[in-house]
Amino acid sequence: MAEKCQTCELFDSGHRACGGCGASLAARLVTKAAGPNTIVVSATGCMEVFSTPYPETAWKVPWIHSLFENASAVASGIEAALKKQGRKEKIVIMAGDGATFDIGMICISGAFERGHDFTYICYDNEAYMNTGIQRSGATPYDASTTTSPAGSQSFGNQRPKKDMPAILAAHGAPYVATASIAYPMDFMQKVEKAINTPGPCYVQVHTPCCTGWGFEGEQTIAIAKLAIETGLWPNFEMVDGKVTKVKKVVRKPVTEYLKTQKRFRHLFKPKQQDAEIAAIQAIADRNAEKYGLDIKLKKE
Amino acid sequence: MLEITEGSHAVAEAVRLCRPQVVSAYPITPQTHIVEALADFVANGKLDAEYINVENEFSALSACVGASAAGSRTYSATTSQGLALMFEVCFNAAGMRLPIVMSIANRALGAPLSIWNDMQDSISLRDAGWLQFYAEDNQEATDLHYIAYRVSEDQKVLLPSFVCFDGFILSHTYEPVDMLTQEDVDKYLPPFNPPERLDASDPVSFGMYATPEYYLEFRYEHDKALKDAREVIAKAGKEFAALFGRDYSAMVEGYKLDDAETVIVAMGSICGTVKDAIDEMRTEGKKVGLLRIRVFRPFPSEDVAKFIKGATQAKRIAVLDKNISLGAKGATALEVKDALYGSTVPVWNYILGLGGRDVRKKDIKEIVALADKGQGDQFFGLRKEVL
Repeated sequence: MAEKCQTCELFDSGHRACGGCGASLAARLVTKAAGPNTIVVSATGCMEVFSTPYPETAWKVPWIHSLFENASAVASGIEAALKKQGRKEKIVIMAGDGATFDIGMICISGAFERGHDFTYICYDNEAYMNTGIQRSGATPYDASTTTSPAGSQSFGNQRPKKDMPAILAAHGAPYVATASIAYPMDFMQKVEKAINTPGPCYVQVHTPCCTGWGFEGEQTIAIAKLAIETGLWPNFEMVDGKVTKVKKVVRKPVTEYLKTQKRFRHLFKPKQQDAEIAAIQAIADRNAEKYGLDIKLKKE
Repeated sequence: MLEITEGSHAVAEAVRLCRPQVVSAYPITPQTHIVEALADFVANGKLDAEYINVENEFSALSACVGASAAGSRTYSATTSQGLALMFEVCFNAAGMRLPIVMSIANRALGAPLSIWNDMQDSISLRDAGWLQFYAEDNQEATDLHYIAYRVSEDQKVLLPSFVCFDGFILSHTYEPVDMLTQEDVDKYLPPFNPPERLDASDPVSFGMYATPEYYLEFRYEHDKALKDAREVIAKAGKEFAALFGRDYSAMVEGYKLDDAETVIVAMGSICGTVKDAIDEMRTEGKKVGLLRIRVFRPFPSEDVAKFIKGATQAKRIAVLDKNISLGAKGATALEVKDALYGSTVPVWNYILGLGGRDVRKKDIKEIVALADKGQGDQFFGLRKEVL
């Protein structure tokens, strides 16, 4: 078992994240779930930058950052070294969606195929936030970013989100899960489960970004919750490639989620784009069908 | 004990004796025989290491970064395109002061694709902050691995090393090599014990980001450590000589320089050919000598200046480069000119042997004749009929 440390703080306060940053909350929860006997490997990105401006560090566990795209290869080397030295620390990677869905894909594929024992946490804020909100492979359909801006000829990003959990499950990852900072106990349990499952495990946690998505910092948790309640972020667990647990909801229409964020503002102003909203609703409906998200209310 | 063995296998045996705990491997010609031999050692219990079959060279070096930061001695090998793919990690590993040792079986870079030898690959990474050793023969290619680990892991240095030897010309050639025993190497190379490592009992942060208030100082300290490595190399070389008789304490080596009128400057296996050509030219009354550069980073500027000054009869210097900074000159020539700034002895540069073009004794003699006539700063051996 990982040494839980729910009362102590291994990700310290005083870092440079925006007020209301979802990713910083994820870092805090991950280190609580993992405990002090953990080595964290970070990819380049917001979290790395806001947590370690030399000579300060927010990390009270051993931490390393090498490059944007190589966190899983670095973790592979650490795992090999620990094995050879007879050490028992757990290895946790913390990387954003750009580092995971895009630039780190080769290293991730190699490391998961080789079966190293580590837990890969992707904090998914659905764009390159550190460089100023550019589109990534995790950016949802119709989101406006600085490289997929909505305009007179565009509704923003025209591709659906890449299905990373399925890709990693296809690599034979023994444990794959999605999670949300809106449900911290669920997230921490998943992190713990991943850490205690031998082999490469993957947890993709939804971390709304107030700066990149365009909402007030106190809304972070509410928005993360709405993503789940609308079916746009399915929360599930996969063990050996099979979905074993799903968070079921009484689904709300996707507009309740979309309306809260400036990145989707063009879908409502200057006029409501019903066809586009219907396309996003269809994505939520497909998620509900695929994962069985809907709570079937009994007729009274 | 002398053994007739392939260069790659001699290097692999030396690496085995250095007891790396983590080896990461990816095949690329002409390096592959090294990692094949190491895999065989691991499979047969002759090397107690974790052997990681990575998915490309970028990950090969990245895995070494992780393993080295966690406190293990690490090793990888590559060449050419593989080294180019590692470009970003090379700067990173050195900046994090991780004493990884990597063999480079020197090979040309594409396009056009070439699997054959020149030194464009490692020379193109001269600014990455690694030490760069260049071997003349397989004995030296082997011994330089012990020296490289010893120097890289020295607390005054803590920087990674390339041990470079010419692809095919050395890597695939069978030569007699005096292999050390495990007892010998254990006497010379203590276990890796870095001052900082990733360890839950004493948490530290590696690879933080530096604002403009700090970055310049990081680079200064890195440069200083690389320059301070000169003394560490001398000491490590002397101790090696005291134990095993072969002396690598000097970063440059002179051959028949005292009365030389033409001084050739070169690196790597070509120097064997140059020495043979010099011997023949000497019987013809031509006073030619060689200054061989063994360590290219840190560059031994003072040694180059001292040796050339010692060659009191020197009238001209011919620098042979198996690389070119396109649009400028060969890298060795640029360094030598810098080292000799203010000297009136002309320095001529010859770009030769690129992409595996054979360099023979008669080519060396032709170059000396060109230098005598004051003709240089040119590609040598061009086939005019295909231009």
